[in-house]
Amino acid sequence: MFKYGLKLSLVVLALLLVIAGAAVAQDAGQLEVFSWWTSGGEAAALDALFQVYSERVPGVEIINATVAGGGGSAARPVLQTRLAGGTPPDTWQVHPGWELLGQYVAAEYVSPITDLYASEGWNEVMPQGLIDTMTQDGEIYAVLAGVHRGNGFWYNKTLLDANGITIGETMSVEEFVAAADTLKAAGIPALCVGDSGIWATAQLFENTLLGTVGPENWMKLFAGEMAWDDDLVKQAMAAYSTMLDYQNEDHSSLSWDQAVAALMDGKCAFNSMGDWAYGEFVKAGLVDNEDFGWVSHPGTAGSFVIVADGFVLANGAPHPENTLEWLKAVGSIEAQEAFNPLKGSIPARTDVDREKFGPYHNWSMDSFANDSLVASAVHGSAAPALFQQALNDAVTVFVVDRDVDAFAAALVQGAADAGMVAN
Amino acid sequence: MSNSAAAAAGQSVALSAGHAQHRWKGLTPFLVLLPSLIALVIFVYGFICVTLFISLSNWNTLKPDNTLRIPFGQTYVDLFSTPRFQADLRNTLVFTVLFILIATLVGLGLAILIDFNRKLFVIPFFRNVYLFPYALSFVVTGVAWRWIFNPETGINLFFDMFGINQLLASLGQAPLKPGWTTDPTVAFQLNGILEQVLGTEMRVKLGIPVALIPVAIAGMWQLSGFVMAMYLGGMTTISDEIREAARIDGATEWQVYRRVIIPLLRPVTISVVIILLHVSLKIFDLVITMSGVGPAFATDMPAIYVFETTFKATRYNLGMAAAIVMLILAAFVIVPYLARSLRQSEE
Repeated sequence: MFKYGLKLSLVVLALLLVIAGAAVAQDAGQLEVFSWWTSGGEAAALDALFQVYSERVPGVEIINATVAGGGGSAARPVLQTRLAGGTPPDTWQVHPGWELLGQYVAAEYVSPITDLYASEGWNEVMPQGLIDTMTQDGEIYAVLAGVHRGNGFWYNKTLLDANGITIGETMSVEEFVAAADTLKAAGIPALCVGDSGIWATAQLFENTLLGTVGPENWMKLFAGEMAWDDDLVKQAMAAYSTMLDYQNEDHSSLSWDQAVAALMDGKCAFNSMGDWAYGEFVKAGLVDNEDFGWVSHPGTAGSFVIVADGFVLANGAPHPENTLEWLKAVGSIEAQEAFNPLKGSIPARTDVDREKFGPYHNWSMDSFANDSLVASAVHGSAAPALFQQALNDAVTVFVVDRDVDAFAAALVQGAADAGMVAN
Repeated sequence: MSNSAAAAAGQSVALSAGHAQHRWKGLTPFLVLLPSLIALVIFVYGFICVTLFISLSNWNTLKPDNTLRIPFGQTYVDLFSTPRFQADLRNTLVFTVLFILIATLVGLGLAILIDFNRKLFVIPFFRNVYLFPYALSFVVTGVAWRWIFNPETGINLFFDMFGINQLLASLGQAPLKPGWTTDPTVAFQLNGILEQVLGTEMRVKLGIPVALIPVAIAGMWQLSGFVMAMYLGGMTTISDEIREAARIDGATEWQVYRRVIIPLLRPVTISVVIILLHVSLKIFDLVITMSGVGPAFATDMPAIYVFETTFKATRYNLGMAAAIVMLILAAFVIVPYLARSLRQSEE
């Protein structure tokens, strides 16, 4: 045993040396892009960005450093280790807001790209409210590839028609409860939830919170100017609890996409989800406004919850020139038009050809242009990761015990730990 | 999570050091061991110290912060006052007891069955069948048992298939449909009594989370074959004369096992329990693939907490504090075992 063990470890050692040697021998003609876009639509969208880049800058070898795992659960540890160890990739995917400014900018892991916004004319074609979420002390730190709308409320139109329920342009919590009671009488749970990944139900809460407090109070909550045990917040928690009463029984054994599939199968009627769910409907061959429909999550009409994807320039990037070209490509009109239909998001630029997008995306673009833009906490933009985790943990318990006071107390504690206090 | 690896590695160091004492012939063994000793000192014990230091530091964002947190040890106070971590400790205790109990009993049962029928020609086949699950990764086991215990599509379908639910319906009862890993119930709650004693309200329900039972069954399925192999190994060392002597004294076959063989297997039982203990204390992959954190953290484990706190919430100090607590838990098990085996090798 021992002899073989020794041989084996020598072989492993030799292999490690070869790998280390390869890592050192870096070429000038490379660009390393780190992301966790590995599922079908995401990988295709990333590939579309690569194609645009290769057309603009031929000859550069792109190292696609993806690490599989939903929501980057496996990728983030790898990225964090590389950043702490001083061997960053050239660029990686980020959410604007806290994740960008609080984590990467504050730790000086990224370099500003303010000049690009002037030279590429992005200041004119990207909404100021969006640029603000990437700005610190007058410097801009990322460019967005696309923007998801987080507060979608999707429904099975066939199922609702069969039960005599029609949905207008908007929906209130009361209208939802009325529809849900009709469905309940027919033995159908109104709400599809797949919270085996707890963020899905945390997002349901987030949307319900926004619907109850409104965009202005939303800003105050995350700026620390409004308490998390405010009566209005508790009202939202009670409304969330009411909605949970109508959810499918097997919610905790489903993932978010299985919940969307249950909606398509007619096992339940509504699903509160960002518009990455739209890709699921398209993949299943369903038709907008015939088989399925959407409104804003009850009470959130007039708000647009931003869940955006962007790229940064690493501080100490091994190939800074190539990375700047990459960021220019990501912000270009061709890339935005190629990437977004595949990813299911809308472009961060407002000057794209709307003909290239379907009815949902045109609806979302109208909302993007006219509504209040608010950042998502569940997806890391509105609050520090520490609060995001506290929110997820509090929701995990609340789904079972429905204790509003304990829920509020946990969020107050989380906000205090995360240093979310008024300036 | 380096601590659990550290515990396992620490075990092997001590064992090889024990061997080295016997074979000490000059400098060669020392030189051969030196590289791995250096690696161990740096990558195991060095990093345990680093982990301990981070747990006492202010590092709770992405950027490393090596200043000491004041007041000293506050992170540990935070940790133990976190309801989620309290639930994790409860789960570790409950899971450990359940898992070790059923894995040992089932493993021993299988070993007795095989030993009793060892002359049958099919026995080598079954011996392998029972051992096979041990060759799988916990991830595979977790995913497979997740499907089995899915309340909509798993074994609950058998209740329809075998007519149990039809029978219940004819009696006017609700159909049998356990939630398995999705059931948030905490059975045998001690909160009422404890709150009276302590005089404070407790956020965590102390009791047996029902959702842990399927997880313990999956763990048992994977490791009972290994337990069986350990016991079978022990049984081959018991000579036939002892069995014969017991039979001549009038013992039935059952009494031979009950009064003679199982008591003689005591050292094996101790090893089995120690090995299963350190599996259950650091369990991560099985739980995260099978049930995740579970409803209201019914199946959350310290290792999952360490992972999420460190890499999702970027609270490095809190995550490392939890890792140190895991190390101490493992040390409670491993250190007495090591001391005992060292003492034996010296005798």
